[in-house]
Amino acid sequence: MTYVPHTPLDRAEMLATIGVRSIEDLFEDIPADRRVHHLDLPSPLSEMETARLMARIAGENQPVTELASFLGAGGYRHFIPSVVAHITGRSEFYTAYTPYQPEVSQGTLQVIYEYQSMVAELTGMDVANASMYDGASALGEAVLMAAAVTRRKRIAIASSVHPQYRAVAETYASGPDIDVRAIPQSFAGQFDARLGVSTAMASLDESCAALIVQQPNFLGAIEDLRALAETAHRVGALLIVAVNPIALALLESPGSAGADIVVGEGQPLGIPLSFGGPWLGIFAARNEFVRQMPGRIVGITTDVDGRRGLVLTLQSREQHIRRERATSNICTNQALCALASTVYLATVGRIGLRTVARLCLERAHDAARRIGALPDVQLASASPFFHEFVVRSPLPGTELLRRLRGDAVIGGYPLGRDYPDLENAILVCITEANTTVEIDLLVEAIARHTSGASR
Amino acid sequence: MTDRLLFEISRPGRVGVSLTEPDNTVPLPELLPGVALREELRLPEVAQLDVVRHFVRLSQKNFSIDTNFYPLGSCTMKYNPKIHEDVVRLDGFAHLHPAQDEDDVQGALRLMAELEGYLAEIAGMKAVSLQPAAGAHGELTGVLIMRAFHRERGDAARRRILVPDSAHGTNPATAAICGYEVTPVRSDERGGVDLGDLASKLGSDVAGLMVTIPSTLGLFDEGIATVADMVHRSGGLVYCDGANLNAVVGRARFGDLGGDIMHFNLHKTFTTPHGGGGPGAGPVAVRADLERYLPVPRIVPHLDREGAYTCETARPLSVGRVRSFFGNFGMLVRAYTYIRMLGSSGLADVSGCAVLNANYLRVRLSDVYDVPYDRICMHEFVMSARRQKAANGVRALDIAKRLIDFGYHPPTIYFPLVVEEALMIEPTETENRETLDAFVETMRRIATEAGETPEVLQEAPHGTPVRRLDEVTAARRPNVRYQAAATT
Repeated sequence: MTYVPHTPLDRAEMLATIGVRSIEDLFEDIPADRRVHHLDLPSPLSEMETARLMARIAGENQPVTELASFLGAGGYRHFIPSVVAHITGRSEFYTAYTPYQPEVSQGTLQVIYEYQSMVAELTGMDVANASMYDGASALGEAVLMAAAVTRRKRIAIASSVHPQYRAVAETYASGPDIDVRAIPQSFAGQFDARLGVSTAMASLDESCAALIVQQPNFLGAIEDLRALAETAHRVGALLIVAVNPIALALLESPGSAGADIVVGEGQPLGIPLSFGGPWLGIFAARNEFVRQMPGRIVGITTDVDGRRGLVLTLQSREQHIRRERATSNICTNQALCALASTVYLATVGRIGLRTVARLCLERAHDAARRIGALPDVQLASASPFFHEFVVRSPLPGTELLRRLRGDAVIGGYPLGRDYPDLENAILVCITEANTTVEIDLLVEAIARHTSGASR
Repeated sequence: MTDRLLFEISRPGRVGVSLTEPDNTVPLPELLPGVALREELRLPEVAQLDVVRHFVRLSQKNFSIDTNFYPLGSCTMKYNPKIHEDVVRLDGFAHLHPAQDEDDVQGALRLMAELEGYLAEIAGMKAVSLQPAAGAHGELTGVLIMRAFHRERGDAARRRILVPDSAHGTNPATAAICGYEVTPVRSDERGGVDLGDLASKLGSDVAGLMVTIPSTLGLFDEGIATVADMVHRSGGLVYCDGANLNAVVGRARFGDLGGDIMHFNLHKTFTTPHGGGGPGAGPVAVRADLERYLPVPRIVPHLDREGAYTCETARPLSVGRVRSFFGNFGMLVRAYTYIRMLGSSGLADVSGCAVLNANYLRVRLSDVYDVPYDRICMHEFVMSARRQKAANGVRALDIAKRLIDFGYHPPTIYFPLVVEEALMIEPTETENRETLDAFVETMRRIATEAGETPEVLQEAPHGTPVRRLDEVTAARRPNVRYQAAATT
């Protein structure tokens, strides 16, 4: 079935108006020897058959809601108030186009303005854009922007930044030949997962456009952003920080600490995991860089009658105006995901966001204390952390996770995949969506599977 | 008038949802020793009903496909089926973590592997990556593939990319951020690539051509196979921008036309919702010998387990990752659903009726508006308001704004750049004939108004929540975030 409304009579009359005999005739410009008449695709299905098929495919997956999941590593399960889906499910929002015609798009434009305002507040930056594809690609854009702003072509990135973010940053940097170098950090034995000032300094010089760190970093540790900002600025480099927005409810904002560009993954703010997307790329910067920022930006102005109204603004940065001299090639934003986050933040509000962050922090610290007290496992990092921490055991991380999965527990993320020093370690994440019963199960199961494993 | 901002209706102490209370027994500085903590968090504080009313009222200030006809050229604003919204909310999709063990996500991997296969078949190419999150992101991936191809051959001298002057802005912008110089190629009098100009600009320093099929003028370039041959003979690659694939899906394949790399806009041809500006999805297809450059991870059949899939990351020639995890999976699920429902015959009917509707409007409007390329068009066509401008000082902008008064979203205006006072109209295949006829009557009435009462057009729109906005001041003195008086 198709969603085409035309009856045979409609088609015949419309073809007659055009003056051709068949729909085929409308495609005469395509050389006959280059046309196809059939594609090798599965046969069409009715809506009922399609619904069954999709339910079956979904049923071949094990959603985290059916297990006790402690998996974070860049994507986080949080409670999403019912209000969020009811608003994002309004088709006046999800079937609207980009608000290029402001008179008929004030709804979307105001949502984006409110989103920008809340992101600016959370990050402590002057200005946020209307969003990017995800946290990793937002970091890629930040790399390009930092190189353009400083006219330098080298970037130092902490090894404790999410491995996929580092990979995406390298891809974005490869086109204009920007050199992205990971700062060597040791994660052997007991370690401090924070990037130390002297370690950072050793990788920075006057050729560096930026220092990139994550807050909290991939291993869960909370960085000392003030010290790192000072270190970067000493050699004229920018500080770029990739953030988890929920943690920012409690932590000093990167802006206050001296960051120049803040990016991040907005998914924790009311967006379902959805196997990795669509998510939400946060991008914010200092005022002085606003004309070099990528992406759409909404601003307030007035109409011909003097009424307050909103428009897409500073468009002379963008590809549809500036073409090859644009600050970025990005065209879309993740408007519907930005709407979800705006509704989420409005619903939980100032008090609720602190509550969520505090619950994550308390439960994670309680679980870490109990896991750290088990005889055969250690908390590998001694650094202050938010809701993720590194657990080292006598077993390879993948093996411990395999055993935990047998108890219907997703224990976390195997760190050996990305860090050779951490072959026997897993990254455990605890949010407010984890019940105390689940946490008890996790602690008990880790104890059982690791007990005596070293002997 | 703008509704009051959330910040303006905020009252200290209000919360919109009931949450579990934390213990609060251990003070924060004890849990986070030595960590700099936040003092202020100036987020809105609003009760749940007020949140709901706020956003519902805002939604009502939008035009949307579900409320209005949206003949917006180059954007393909067609109906977004409701079943798509249901399937992505199934627990097995919505609550799947992308770093879960492969055994737990076989359904998702299989769906993606199958979708890659369908898209490869639709493209007439060999392999597909679903990772790019939007069309422009697909372009970035594709141009990096082009670059990797030349570099592996030791051909680093190719520093230029050719882009027709009618192209979307993303094409030259993408080439530039990938480190290339952009050389424009002229359109000929039929709206195709000017072969003479192309020949003069090709050379051993050209990495390739980025070309939109059908062109952004809504025309199928009969010379496209010749264009591809010329680029190939000079050692370059042909990148096909798939923004207009919906005009030929099921009838012609870019691979058969000489394309080497292409991207799909799933939010166009495969009707995933535009969402007010995104999310989109921009899978990339390539010919066989370019597969090794596709982004990682690749989803491949499991070697030891029949019917199972695994992710492969060890691909030394890959351009790398362009996004975290697997891309905009929710959009992939919707596109998969659409392709399974329509099949080959349904997709061909999509392109057939998209082209039928566009030609019907073109023929019925071409006596009152100039149509610079007045021949059989594809899924869209470009009119010009130059006649109205010369006679009455009415511009494309004024016609567009006047349409709003009659409940229509304006067409795309002033694009492509090669047409003066351009109005680009794309009705899509999901609009019925009565809607098209009513639109024609309105456009004819506006043409009459342009002669009789041009000021009505120049002052339009009249009944919207706000009227024409001062964009100059918005850009000169940016107000892009809420600032409470006390915080400045």
